[in-house]
Amino acid sequence: MKSKGFAKHYYFMLIPGFIWLTLFSIVPMFGIMIAFQNYNPGAGVFGSEFVGLETFRYMFELSDTVNVFFNTIFIAIMKIIGNLIVPLVFALMLNEVRYMGLKRSIQTIVYLPHFLSWVILGGVMLDIFAYGGPINQMLAAFGIDPILFFGREDLFPFLVVGSDVWKEFGFNTIIYLAALTGINPALYEAAGIDGASRQRMLWHVTLPGIRTTAVLLAVLSLGNVLNAGFDQIFNLYNPLVYSTGDIIDTWVYRAGLLNLQYELATAVGLLKSVAGFILISLSYYLAYRFTNYRIF
Amino acid sequence: MLRSKSLSSKIADVVLIIILVAIAITCILPLWYTLSLSLSSKTAAAAGAVALWPVEFNFNSYQQLLQDSQFFKSFWISVQRVVLGAGLNFIIVPLMAYPLSKTVKDFKGRNVLMWTLIFTMLFNGGLIPLYLTVKAYGLMNSIWALVLVGGAQTIVFNIILTINFFRNLPSSLEEAALVDGAGPWYILTKVFIPLSIPVLATVSLFSIVYHWNEFLYGLIFMTREEFYPLQTYIQQLVVSVDPSTMTEDQYKRLSELSNRTLDAAKIFIAMIPVLVVYPFLQRYFIHGITLGSVKE
Repeated sequence: MKSKGFAKHYYFMLIPGFIWLTLFSIVPMFGIMIAFQNYNPGAGVFGSEFVGLETFRYMFELSDTVNVFFNTIFIAIMKIIGNLIVPLVFALMLNEVRYMGLKRSIQTIVYLPHFLSWVILGGVMLDIFAYGGPINQMLAAFGIDPILFFGREDLFPFLVVGSDVWKEFGFNTIIYLAALTGINPALYEAAGIDGASRQRMLWHVTLPGIRTTAVLLAVLSLGNVLNAGFDQIFNLYNPLVYSTGDIIDTWVYRAGLLNLQYELATAVGLLKSVAGFILISLSYYLAYRFTNYRIF
Repeated sequence: MLRSKSLSSKIADVVLIIILVAIAITCILPLWYTLSLSLSSKTAAAAGAVALWPVEFNFNSYQQLLQDSQFFKSFWISVQRVVLGAGLNFIIVPLMAYPLSKTVKDFKGRNVLMWTLIFTMLFNGGLIPLYLTVKAYGLMNSIWALVLVGGAQTIVFNIILTINFFRNLPSSLEEAALVDGAGPWYILTKVFIPLSIPVLATVSLFSIVYHWNEFLYGLIFMTREEFYPLQTYIQQLVVSVDPSTMTEDQYKRLSELSNRTLDAAKIFIAMIPVLVVYPFLQRYFIHGITLGSVKE
């Protein structure tokens, strides 16, 4: 092949991108040293006093952090379950619709919320669930006293999970729908000739046809066990619901950038990054083992 | 397809369609409500009288919005950010994806570079080190902090999508170009890029939506409101609460005091750019997501 000596050009092509990533992804990684230091902003990351695991010891003594880790995992796992099952059911229902125009219109509408930010949708949610908002007006019609939805710590995690599933279910159906179109139509024809009902076709043709996709999505979602969704919670929460709604990322934001506890915030963030890295790597490995899926 | 047309099957179809349409309506109803709210009178909004249609229809909140110069300043900052961010993404993605789509045989350093890239996607130093790094670079209050930090975190995923697309192009194309004596730059710009419009459109639209919607970096890297991008500006107005402890009564009063019609108008205007690119987005993203899978 004549492509010898191309390597030099390949490196040239990669230089701008790698400089960018080095400056804004790799260099900040050295900042994790702050978690092991008594950080002095004047001396910087390389001049501050080294204190070992002091910050981590302090971190586990705080009742806050344990609570925050629990909230994160609780909300994230509920989101994972909801975001796997609801889109699957919706995709199966949509797959039964035979009017293509209607099917496509429904798809267009349900994909939309995915592309709007949580700043926007958070504002909309707070309006709809406001003390005098439409949901409470509706409840009033049934004689139920108004509820301060986003001020109730017992309701908050469920409102977060529900609104996230609402925002993402449409978009998440795409992958299932792609898998459904991949099922060979001849299988349905054969089942029809054998006299199978629609329910039986669903059970014996459709579901086995998308099993691999469902398993793959479930395995990959393992990487999200520590991602409860900063953008969403940051835009919906308030001090009334900190006990059940505060997650690692929101806590790190407040501890680090509002209270300037740099060491503590970095330590908590580092713990999350390391655990997250392990979980994602594990999920990729399992996905590769079980379904032969590779990301690149 | 052979499917029975019995009465029960037809009833099931109708029920199914009703359920699906009802679910689809819940996806646009909140957006519709926000529009209605923005077109209602302040008193009607405060009294919770607005439901599906504007009450005491007027454009006051939009007229008021026209006087808010910061809103337009922030809007312009967001536009600049999107243009710079998506532009940079469009240049860097093919430049990095092309060499990395080669096999180790053609490009020796490929695997090491690829793993480095993946590592920057899966691991990060956390919020505080990132904040301190950007501060050390002197990028506080600069639009480049928004463009470069956000871009570095999203570009790797876009590169992977593009690599997979490049790898699925027939290798005979490149071989033919090589026989004609084409160099790597010529092959990239005249063969690969023109053939990759679907994937480049997909990643560009992802980048546009990301940069338009992102609010956190505006909040932490911009110290003054005048530098806020639009989502940060709205976030601060609509959903920001005093992070110190507050009582239920204070929270209730806060939601009553806020100017809900004006806030709704701002939210609605901020939605428009996404609604405008959405039809283009929809044409590509379904394809784009399935593009990411590797063919064995």
